[in-house]
This record gives sequence, C-alpha cells and structure tokens, in this order.
Amino acid sequence: MAEIFTIALIWSTIRLSTPLILAALGGLFSERSGVINIALEGMMLAGAFTAAAATYAAGNPLVGLLAGMAAGTLIAAIHAVACIRYQADQVVTGTAINILMLGLPAFLSGAFFLSSGSTPQIPKEQLIPRLPMVIAFVMVPLSWYVLYKTPFGLRLRSVGENPEAADAAGVPVARMRYAGVLLSGLLAGVGGAYLSIGQSSLFTRNMTSGRGFIALAALIFGKWRPVQTMLACLLFGLTEAISIQMQGVVKLPSGDDIPVQFIQMVPYVLTIIVLAGFIGSSRPPQALGIPYQKER
Amino acid sequence: MKLLRELLFPTIAVIAAFLVGALLILAIGDSPVQAYKLLIGSALSWPDGIGYTLFYATPLIFTGLAVLVAFRCGLLNIGAEGQLYVAAFAAAWVGITFANRSAWILLPLCFLAPILAGGLWGAIPGVLKARFGSHEVINTIMLNFIAVALVSYFTQYHYRTPGDPIMETSEIGGGAHIARLGKFIPGMPERIPLNLAFILALVCCVLVYLFLWRTKWGYELRATGSNPSAAEYGGISIRKQIIVAMTISGALAGMVGINEVLGYRYRYYDGFSDNYGYTGIAVALLGRNHPVGVVLAALLFGVLQRGGIHVDGFSEHVTKDIVQVLQGIIILFVACEAFFRGSFGRFGLLRRSKV
Amino acid sequence: MSALPAVCLQAMLELRNITKRFGDVLANDQVNIVVQPGTIHAIVGENGAGKSTAMRIAYGFYKADSGELVVDNEVRNIATPHDAIALGIGMVHQHFMLVSTMTVAENIVLGAEPGSAVNLDLAEAASAIQKLSEEFKLAVNPNAVIEHLSVGQQQRVELLKALYRRAHLLILDEPTAVLTPQEVEEFFAILRRMREQGKTVIIITHKLSEVLAISDEVTVMRDGRVVGRLQTSETNAAQLANLMVGREVLLRVEKPEAHVGDTELTVKDLSVTSADGTKRVDGVSFSVRRGEILGIAGVEGNGQTELIEALAGLTPPSQLSGEVRLENRDITKADARARREFGIAHIPEDRHRRGLLLDFSLAENSILGVHDRKPIVSFAGVFLNDGAIRARAAKMIADFDVRPTDQDLPARALSGGNQQKLIIGREFDLQPKLLLVSQPTRGVDIGAIEFIHRKLVALRDAGCAVLLVSAELEEVTTLADRLLIFHQGRIVGDVDPKVATIEEIGLLMTRGH
Repeated sequence: MAEIFTIALIWSTIRLSTPLILAALGGLFSERSGVINIALEGMMLAGAFTAAAATYAAGNPLVGLLAGMAAGTLIAAIHAVACIRYQADQVVTGTAINILMLGLPAFLSGAFFLSSGSTPQIPKEQLIPRLPMVIAFVMVPLSWYVLYKTPFGLRLRSVGENPEAADAAGVPVARMRYAGVLLSGLLAGVGGAYLSIGQSSLFTRNMTSGRGFIALAALIFGKWRPVQTMLACLLFGLTEAISIQMQGVVKLPSGDDIPVQFIQMVPYVLTIIVLAGFIGSSRPPQALGIPYQKER
Repeated sequence: MKLLRELLFPTIAVIAAFLVGALLILAIGDSPVQAYKLLIGSALSWPDGIGYTLFYATPLIFTGLAVLVAFRCGLLNIGAEGQLYVAAFAAAWVGITFANRSAWILLPLCFLAPILAGGLWGAIPGVLKARFGSHEVINTIMLNFIAVALVSYFTQYHYRTPGDPIMETSEIGGGAHIARLGKFIPGMPERIPLNLAFILALVCCVLVYLFLWRTKWGYELRATGSNPSAAEYGGISIRKQIIVAMTISGALAGMVGINEVLGYRYRYYDGFSDNYGYTGIAVALLGRNHPVGVVLAALLFGVLQRGGIHVDGFSEHVTKDIVQVLQGIIILFVACEAFFRGSFGRFGLLRRSKV
Repeated sequence: MSALPAVCLQAMLELRNITKRFGDVLANDQVNIVVQPGTIHAIVGENGAGKSTAMRIAYGFYKADSGELVVDNEVRNIATPHDAIALGIGMVHQHFMLVSTMTVAENIVLGAEPGSAVNLDLAEAASAIQKLSEEFKLAVNPNAVIEHLSVGQQQRVELLKALYRRAHLLILDEPTAVLTPQEVEEFFAILRRMREQGKTVIIITHKLSEVLAISDEVTVMRDGRVVGRLQTSETNAAQLANLMVGREVLLRVEKPEAHVGDTELTVKDLSVTSADGTKRVDGVSFSVRRGEILGIAGVEGNGQTELIEALAGLTPPSQLSGEVRLENRDITKADARARREFGIAHIPEDRHRRGLLLDFSLAENSILGVHDRKPIVSFAGVFLNDGAIRARAAKMIADFDVRPTDQDLPARALSGGNQQKLIIGREFDLQPKLLLVSQPTRGVDIGAIEFIHRKLVALRDAGCAVLLVSAELEEVTTLADRLLIFHQGRIVGDVDPKVATIEEIGLLMTRGH
C-alpha cells in the first residue's frame, strides 16, 4: 500500500486538481452572484476545444490559452444573457449549454479537421503543462482577496445574498451578475484549456468527462468559499490520483483489482452528505437561482 | 385556438434552432439544405427510417414523462440518466439471476425490476429534499455519477461474461425477451429493434395524463407544484408529494431499461444511454410538460437521432454531432421564452395572455 | 376635507402629480406631496392608501407612470435608488434591506465603499461608522453580523446606512411597526436629534398617536390620493381619522342581534414559537361560541397571523404549546386536513400565497381542501368526478357572484375581489362549525367588501362560530360581537365593540396596557 503514497502521488494530485480548482473558482464567482452554474462542464469543453484548435492553428499555446478563455467567456455570456436578461431557468439553461457543448466541439472538429471529434495532436513543445497550474493556485488567494477585500467582491456577494437590498443600496444587480457569470466562463475556460494543451496534447470528444460537475461538487463541499473549495478540489484530485495509481498496482487479498468505481464515487457521495447537513451546515448564497425581477 | 397557442411557441423555438444550425453548417462550408434533407429524409424512410426513429423516440418518451411528472410537482429531475442506468442494470440482473425460470415468472420480474429500481433511485433525492431540504438538482446530478459508477462496477466485476472485452453483462434469460414490433407489422423486419416498449411508452402517456389530471393524487401533486403553501392550506402534505413525485419520475425513467434490456440488447451494456435522461429535460420542456407534447417532442428528437447517423455517413463536413447542437439550442430557446415574447410579443400571438 | 395650502417654494422634496398603476390597481393618483427642509413630515393613511408606493417612487424603486419629482427645486430623474442616493435621499424600508449574512460595517458601506477599487477599507469604514454612531446616539457594533442583531439594532443599521451616504432626507416606512413602546420613545429621540442636525425626515405611518407625537407637518392619503395637508400643531386625532377614512359614518352592516349558542372553540394557554425562536403568540386563552363573531384587533405583526395559522393546523406541532379544543375534541395535534374534516374552514389573509392555485382553473380551485371527499372523488375513491366539480364550481360562482363566470379561467385572471369571493364561497360551502377568517377584504373593491361583510354575518346567523382578524379597525368593530385586542402576542383587551370607542381600542392596540 505504501508504495502509492509517494511524491508522484502528490504531484499527480496537484495536476488533477488544477482543472477542478479553476472551474470551481469560476463557479464560485457565478454562484456567489446568485446564478447557478451547472454549465461549468460545457464552459470547460469550450475552453478545451478552442485552446487545442487555436494552439494547433497558431503554433503558440499562449494564443491557445487566450482563445480558450475567450471561448469559455463566450459560452458564459450565453448563460448570462439567458438567465439575467431573459430570466430563464438557470438549471435548464445550464443543461442546454452542456448538451450543446457535447456536440459543438465535436461538430467543429469533424468539419475543420475531418476527424471524428478530436483535434490533431499538438507537438510536445507547444504544450503548457505548468502555466494553468500556476494560474489555478494563484487564483485561490486572489479570489479570496477579490471576494472579501474589494468593493467588487462585497457587491458581488451582496447581489447573491439579497439582490433587493443591494439594489436599494445603489448596487447595479444585473451588472454584477453578468460579471460573476462571465468570470466563471473565463476561469472554466482556462481549466478546459489545461486539459487539452496542458495535461494532454489534443482535444478529444467529451474530454472533461464530468470534471465540471466535480468542480461544482467541490464548490458545494467547500461551502462556496475559495480556500475550502480549493481543499475540496485537492481532495477530489487525490481520489482520482489514487484511483489511477492503484490500477493494476494494488490488489485485493483475493488477487483482484480494487474497483476504481468506488473511489470515483467519493466526491459525489460527500457532496450529498454535505448538502443534507451532516457535516456542518452548508448554506448556499440565499438568492442562488432566483432571477432578480425589479418591479415595474 | 388554445392548442394552436400551445404548439406555436415550441414550433418557433425549433425553427429558430434549425436556423442557427443552418448558419453553423454554412459556416463550415456545407449545404444546410442538403444536410437537413438527409437528416429528415432518412428518418422518414420505410421501414428502417421510421422503425429506428420510433425506437429512438421510445426512451425519450419515458424520460420526458419522468421530467414532466417531477416538474408538475415543482421539481427538476436531472437524475433520469442515473435512474435509467440503475433500472436497466436491475432488469439485466433479474434476467440473469432467474434466467432459467419460465417466461411467466421471469417476464413480470424483469418488467418490475427496472420500474422499482428507477423508482427507488428517484426516491432518494425526494427523501433528501423532503427530510433535509437539500436541493434535488444537485443531488440528482451527484446520483447520476454514483449510479454510473455503481452499475459499471457490478458489470465489470460480477456480471461480465469471462473473457468478454466489452463492458456488458451476460445475456438475460430468453423468457424475458419482449417482442419486436416487426413481428406484428407487415413489412417491418424484426432486425429493427423497435419493440413493445414503444407501445408501453404510449400507454404510460395516457396513464400519466389520467393520473395527473383525473385523480385526486395527481391533483395533490400538481397543487404542490403550483403553490406549495396553498397545497398545505388545502390539507396536502408537501413532503409526501415530493417523495411521491420523485418516485414516479424515477420509475418512468426506469422503464427505459425495459426498452433497452428486454427489447433491444437482452443484456446490460455499459454506457448505453445516449444522454436520454438529459434529453428528457428537452423533451418535457419542448412538449410543454404535457404527455401529448412529450410524444411529439420525443418523435422530433427521434428523427434527429436517426437522421444524425445518416448525415454522418453521407455529408462531407457535417457529423452526427449536429444533433446534439440542435438539441442544445432548442432547449436554450425554449428556456428563453421571454426572448421570443420580447421579439414577437407585439404581434400578440405569443404574449402571455391573461387567460 | 381641508383646503390644500399653496405649494411652498423652498421644498426639500416635492412629488408633482405622481400617478402609478400596478395592473388594474391605481396605487397613486395625481399625488402631490411637499416636504419642507429641516422638518419631520408624516405621511398617514390606511393600509393600501398608496403611502409606500409614493415614497418608493421618490427613492427610485418604482418608476412613476406620470408626474415629476423635484429635489431642491430642480426636476430630477430618479430611475434607480443609486440616483436617489446621489441626491442625498436615504430610505429605510418597512422590511429591512440588509444582507443578513454580512456584518454591520459591510452593509453600511455597500454601494458606497471607502478605499480604492482594489482595497475595501473596512477599518476606515468602522471609524466613520463609530463617529456617526456617537453623533446620533445609534450604538451598534460595526463587526456584528446582521442576523445576530435584534430588529431594533437592525433598524439602527438602516439609519446609519442612510447617514453614511450623507443623506439629508430620510424616508422611513412604518419604522415603529417592529419596535416596542420603549424603543419607539428612543427612536423618536433619534429622529428629533436628526432634525436638530438639519436633516429632513419623512415618516410613513398609520398610527395617529405617532403623527401627533413626532411630526411637524402631515400629508394624509386615502385610496391613492392626497386628501389633506396639515400642520400637526393645528390638527387633532379626530380630524386626521376622518380624513384617513374619508367619511364620518363607516360602512355599517345591518347586523341583527347575535343569538349566541354553546362554546365551539376553546383555546387554552396557546403559544406559538417561530422557527427562529421568537415567541409570536404568548399564552393566549379565549373561546368562540356558535352564532358569534369574535374579532381580533391589533397592529399587524403582533401574532394574529401566527394565531390563525396555528388554529388552522398549519404550524408544525413542535412550535406549539397549550391546548385547542373544538367542541369537546382536543385538536391540538391535528393537521390541516383533519381540522378541515372536523369542520374548520379558513379564509387566509394572503390569498395569493395560501388561498389559491393561481395557475389552476376556477373549477380546480373550487375543490382545494375537499378534493379527496365525495362527491368530488368517485370511481374507486381515486378518480375525480368532473361533473361534480363543475356543478360545485358553478354553484359557487353563482352564489358568490364571481365574475367572470367561466370556470375554466385560471384564478390569476380574476380581480382581487372576485378571487376573494371564490375563496369565501369555497370555505362557506364546507358548512363549517368554525370559520377562521383573516383580512377578508384586503385589496377588495368597495362593492365586494359589503357583499363579503353581509355573507359573514349571514354565516354567523346560521350558527357558525367566526373568528375574525382584521387590521382594518372599522371592519372588526363593525362586524365583531366581541373584540379582543392583540399586542405582542398577548391579549391586552376584551371589549364590547358597541360600547368602546376607536380611541380606546387604538390606545390598547398601540401601547398595550
């Protein structure tokens, strides 16, 4: 058992946590402003595909990263306009975006690269395995600072808790919510980009495989706070790292592999337990999911 | 007039989505007309096109109904995906475990197993909401992943035929197979997997309608969805309704397992669902949360599903992914009803009338 | 009606011909209000007279349909609260506009933060708040979290919030509704201090004693219109009451003598504790007899709502103590469904929240609460009998004059008065032993009010026990055969409404003993 708890495991945990942290912090800004974001998955996919395609086209991963951020933000803009301007149901809109982004990147890859849904391989020297990681871990204290130590953060939190009170205090509610949702797309875009031009070297169909939802789970597990959310991401990253390292290495006494499925379940089970209030109370922003309808 | 108004908005949303899709196809240098011709034409050919279209529509009717029932109680069931996985596996498990029993015993067991399993899996978020107030959306999402992992574990470690490289269980007993419609419809070969589950789906539409609008239980469920405080005032237990709605919703989603396991593959095949659960949300929304609408919407999505495969094969750039794109855009447009009311509202047709 | 004095030139705030409509309701009709600088100006009127609407327009929360706002003798466009704040207007709403999870300091500076865009200087804010606290004697800890504060303290935070934004005009909407008498005294002292410092204060209230105690000038509103503008020193309670109500003689219902029977409902030592732990109803005991209307008067928010909900079986048993008996049956632990079966009907105070399924048809609304009884259900006790439902709805619509009469219309499509008639018809149809009725004529047009009053008296005369709660003092005094006065969850008076004067009752309502 001991051989799997190594430096390699720690390193692997950090690598696997990076996209989760980025997406979860994105979700943090959106949900703290009062907009449910189950579209993180779709925003990550947008970032992942666009980053890979742009890196391939431009031969420069920085261009790719910026393009990935832009794509995530663009998808977030759709979510924001639907939820804020048209007061659409935030969960339904998020689901729509997730379904759309399961298809759109593959559709575009098929068209541009004549592939069955993936982008061409990107040469190793054009990958950026470190930069998004740095961004992720820098973003944690930065998000904390922005949220708690700047007027922007105060206003963002206030519209997520009590938009009417914020409005009465002269805070432009819609504008703050747009900011929150767009930021979530930007960060989820970086998280997605890391998957395609950091961790691997191409975009493949549905390559996030649920990471957007794990990020959402981490956000809830971290009680909508930056540092706790990062810790939750590290925990979930660790479970993934262990499940990868254990495959074929550690055997049950019977000689079988330890089923990875049970380790994969950990984040989801923990989230349900936390939501039910078994581990402390987890209180979402009070106005989360409720469109702000200013009276006529 | 009322019917027309109900149909008008979803129709506009679908047309708008097809227009956006056409722009996308143009942008990648293909002909939208050609692509849509392939898409729709292939889905309406006889017998393969229509047979497969109805086959693809079957699970979507079930999941659409599942989302509808929850929605009428004011709940959003994003968990149909997990519920149908658990249910399909349960059907296979029973079909394998009691494989040697006669059809008289095996078939009813295999029929009930997915309904019960789906219902139980759906009841979990219901109980969590009723008891702890935790949000059903998050819990159903989490339970989807748990369901997928759980059944994948059982498939991989306990019910796979030794040596089979594919993640699937061994076959269920022959007594549990249900008939394909080709057996009854002249001109339709039995290789087309359209089966009795389709008829079951239509029956369920009628049952759901009767339940929701013609029984006291349905009245209580809808009253809770419409205004929980007023329902409580009328002597209705909100907590009970939440659990009941989620259970029925899960059971309906679970019936996908009947189509898949008893009528199509005769085994549990890991990852069989093509997002049926999530598409069910689109089906219910597009169908205006009414059983008739659900059938129509499911047929439309069945057409897309079937046509997508043809588009993939016969056009240069457009892949079957266009189907997902169209589905996503349709839901977006349906969700943004206010957008259309804003743009077309002045024509008076779509303005939410007082009546 | 008194003459309106000419418009003064050096007004601090002026509303000119403000008109505002919400759907079918004309909330403000050509409203003109002039507020002099350095004064405390009271705006009085009954519930629904349009006071809050007018002031919310002045604060940019609502947009007027027509008319203009003048601040410091200049016509201004106040489209958002942000604009109002920039013009030095602050408002304390009846329901506090505070973010309950944030600290006092955070709430006060929100939207007007000190420091730079990248640095929220809460330390500086705290010292500024400290200074304001001392200046106006508004002691509050800047680092406390709002949800841990009492309502009185929260109100201080609201005042500080306005003062921190350098508001020189403060609008206070029903500020004393949540305060104890002692706190009201303290609060008035603060207002006077503000006036001394040169601030202008507008206070919205429906309590005449407060108007007389604190204000310099009064504007009286009724039915969305301004009906009087007076110097406080030149008026009295009687004159103001007349203006508010608009008629010397009220809508008197022809009411025969009550034929009182046996006791129907007995409440013994009932207490209701709300989920947040505060006691809303505090050990009340009373009984209602057949053939009488027992009225409960009191300022809203003194436990009447909680009392009715508890009697209707809508309060979780864990929040209750004491005993409730219907005839000889102990129903303390019975739920809403059981109580309905025992013969309790309930006309709730908020028909949109409790009483109706707004998206359901009239026919479907007509069976709420009896949807599981014969003849509504037939066929195996499960299926709804459409014919029975339609017959029931048709009878109700005819008997209670619900218009329009199309029973397929959603309840949403009806006016307030017709919605209320539908609910009353539904509850009367139960032929109840006890009727709980709360604010029966709120938001209902005059014609419907009379109709509803007559029906209530008729039900009484048919031998039903009626428990009536109303914030409209004239309504309870007119209808009730016996009147209890509620104050802070307790019964503080038991009077004969034929003998007691409005002043006596008002005194009990506002001050307790």
